[in-house]
Order: sequence, then structure tokens, then C-alpha cells
Amino acid sequence: MRVRRFSRAERWVHRTTAALMLLCIATAAALYVPQLAELVGRRHLVVTVHQWSGLLLPVPFLLGLASRAFRADLRRLNRFAPYDSRWLRAVRRREHGPQARPAGKFNAGQKIYAAWIAGATLVMLGTGLLMWFTGLTPLVWRTSATFVHDWLSLGVGIVVAGHIAMALADPEARRGMRTGWVERQWSRDHHPRWPADE
Amino acid sequence: MGRRLVLGMLGLGAAGVAFAPYLQRGLESFLGSAADKDPTGLTGLLPNGGGFRYYSVASSVPRRTAENYRLTVDGLVRHPAAYTLADLRSLPQTRVVRDVQCVTGWRVPDTPFEGVKLSHLLDAAGVRPQARAIRFTCFDGTYSESLTLTQARRDDVLVALRMQDKPVSHSHGGPVRLYVAPMYFYKSAKWLSGITVTEAVRPGYWEERGYDVDAWVGRSNGRTDTPTV
Repeated sequence: MRVRRFSRAERWVHRTTAALMLLCIATAAALYVPQLAELVGRRHLVVTVHQWSGLLLPVPFLLGLASRAFRADLRRLNRFAPYDSRWLRAVRRREHGPQARPAGKFNAGQKIYAAWIAGATLVMLGTGLLMWFTGLTPLVWRTSATFVHDWLSLGVGIVVAGHIAMALADPEARRGMRTGWVERQWSRDHHPRWPADE
Repeated sequence: MGRRLVLGMLGLGAAGVAFAPYLQRGLESFLGSAADKDPTGLTGLLPNGGGFRYYSVASSVPRRTAENYRLTVDGLVRHPAAYTLADLRSLPQTRVVRDVQCVTGWRVPDTPFEGVKLSHLLDAAGVRPQARAIRFTCFDGTYSESLTLTQARRDDVLVALRMQDKPVSHSHGGPVRLYVAPMYFYKSAKWLSGITVTEAVRPGYWEERGYDVDAWVGRSNGRTDTPTV
């Protein structure tokens, strides 16, 4: 017995965002890590790819707003329920199982991840634009923007790596994002409050 | 709630930009001293973690050794020349110790460079009166740089054979690189192979892509770094 988790539009938003994000991270690494920079070279090309993949990063999200299912999931991600604090408490105490960790369609961790990465992406975009179009703003801004962009990139890299590690640990969650469908038993175990969340 | 977190991130980002000058100064001195004692080199990967960073604009760079390296001097000169590595080593050597400042922000303090003064090679070549500038080309096949003749004749502009008291390594632009002490480090072209005396400044690789041609540290590219000279 399977249940519908993500619509085709949502899966394409995720796929294109993921591709652009990985492109951003890969080009950033090729610009920043000395050993990789030495291997890849082609600095001007790598910079151009990095700038454009970063600029395009919010586009799948914006196009996704045309989808009713996507907007509905955004509302779910935005809404924190009392059971979300219980979920977070259970994480701190290392308690497992559906009883200890109640969750709607998205658990509290997913909600925090979604909001954090959205905010971080906007900050990266803003500081990135300040570094790109240096003529638009006072000159000291570029150094400051570079500082924030550099340090936050470390944070984004670690958090996205965590996101991927979570997905790797849960094949059914991956299948949900790949095919749009998940086993009903999985949804009962991991997202017991999902039906009430509809 | 989710929206508040998004806005919170934006607020933190803006605050980060606003307070960056203070935060950066503190972190730089902390990471700088940590990097000195760090045997793993991991601090070098952190932003402002200190040390040199490798930049190349070419896809791959051929290796040149004492056998096949040549530095040509041509253009508006009376005696065009081609120097081998041994030729350059036999000329008078000058050692200059200054900070290295990259236009992307990193700085490496007190870095020794040693080599032949560019002015020495220019004098030997006999610069013609109509000459006003120098164009530098590199054996990576892509990079180029420029200086005015006046800048090129400074005592702290070297055709460098040694860096940090070792022969310039391949990844630092060896066996021979340019060293322009008072300017941002993109002027110090790596893998130097050609010196052409010209009538006017012809902007180099990064300068065609928006960097300043006169790249004085602290007085160009919109930056306010402490001058290296």
C-alpha cells in the first residue's frame, strides 16, 4: 500500500535545485580548496559557472510557486505544531520511534532545515551579488560581503552534507523524492500525524 | 515560524556584513596564530586561514625545467634575448621581503623573493626611446600581465627564481615568476616566459576582466589593505 508524498512539480523543483546547489558547491570547492584548484585550473570559467548557478538557484523555487501541491507543502513547512517541540526534545534525548518523535508530513528537523537553507541561500545570493557587481555599492561592502559569503559557505556545505547523509540513511525517503510515492507503513512510522496535516 | 527563521537568517547575514570588519580582524589574528602551530594545514582551508592559495586560469600548465625553460625579451629593444635558467642564475640576485597581498583578501606576511631585477634585464636589452610599457606572457599559454616602464624599473620588481628561500615551485609559478612587490599579487605573473617591451600598456588577463591595471596594494580595486611597500 503506497501513499502519494510529492507531486511531479515538487520533485522537479527538488531535482533542479539540488543540481544547481551541487554545481555551486563543486565550483566553490574548485575555487577554494588549493588541491582542487590546482587540479581544475580554468579559474575564469569556474567563476562564471559558480556565479550563474548561484543566481539561478532560487528559480526552481519561484517556478514551483505555480504548483498547488508545492505551496501546500510550504505552508506545512512554515507551521510549527506543539508536537514539533516534542520531536526536537526526543532528538536531544536520543529517543527513537513514532511515539517519541511525532511528526506531520514533515518533521521538525525538516522544517528547520528548509527554513535555514532558504535563508542561507538568500544571504549567499545577496553577498554573492555584492561581490559580483562591485560598482553598485560602497567599496568596503565587498570585503564584508566576502567575509560573510566565505564563512556561511562552510555552514551551507556542512548542512547540505548532513541533508544528503540523512537521505542516504533512509531509502524510503529517497524513493519518495524519486517516485513521489512511499510505503504507508513508512509514513505511519516516520510521519504519524501526516493524515491530520493534510 | 519557518518564515521567522528565514528572516532571522537574513538578519544575521546583514549583521554579519555590517560587523564584518571587526569580526574579520579578530578572526584573522586568531587563525593566523593558530595556522602557525597547525601541522595538519586544515586551518589553511578556513576563510582567512592564512597561507598562499593556488589560482590558475589555464586548464593545465606544462612543467618547465632547467633544460627546457626559456625567458625571451623582445619588442622595442635593441638586443632581443632568450635566457635559460642558468643564465638568469648567473646574473646579480636581489632579495626582497614584503607581505604578499591577494586581491581576494588573503595576505601572507614577510615572504622572501629572490631573483634578477627586471630593470637589469631591460637595461641589458636596450629599451628603445618610444617604449612606454611591458607586456608579460606565460607558458601556461593563457595568462598575461602588464606594467608601465616606470613601474617595471622599480627596485622591488623582480624576475623571481626563489620564493620563501626555495626555488619557486611549479604550483607557485616556477621555475620563474614575476614579482611586483607594491601591487596585488595578480600582477606577479606565474610561469613567466616572455617580456615584450611595448609602446603602450596592454591590459593583462584579469585586467581585461575588470581588475585595475595599476594595482597598488591599498589604493586600487576598491580595497583598503595596508600597503605592502
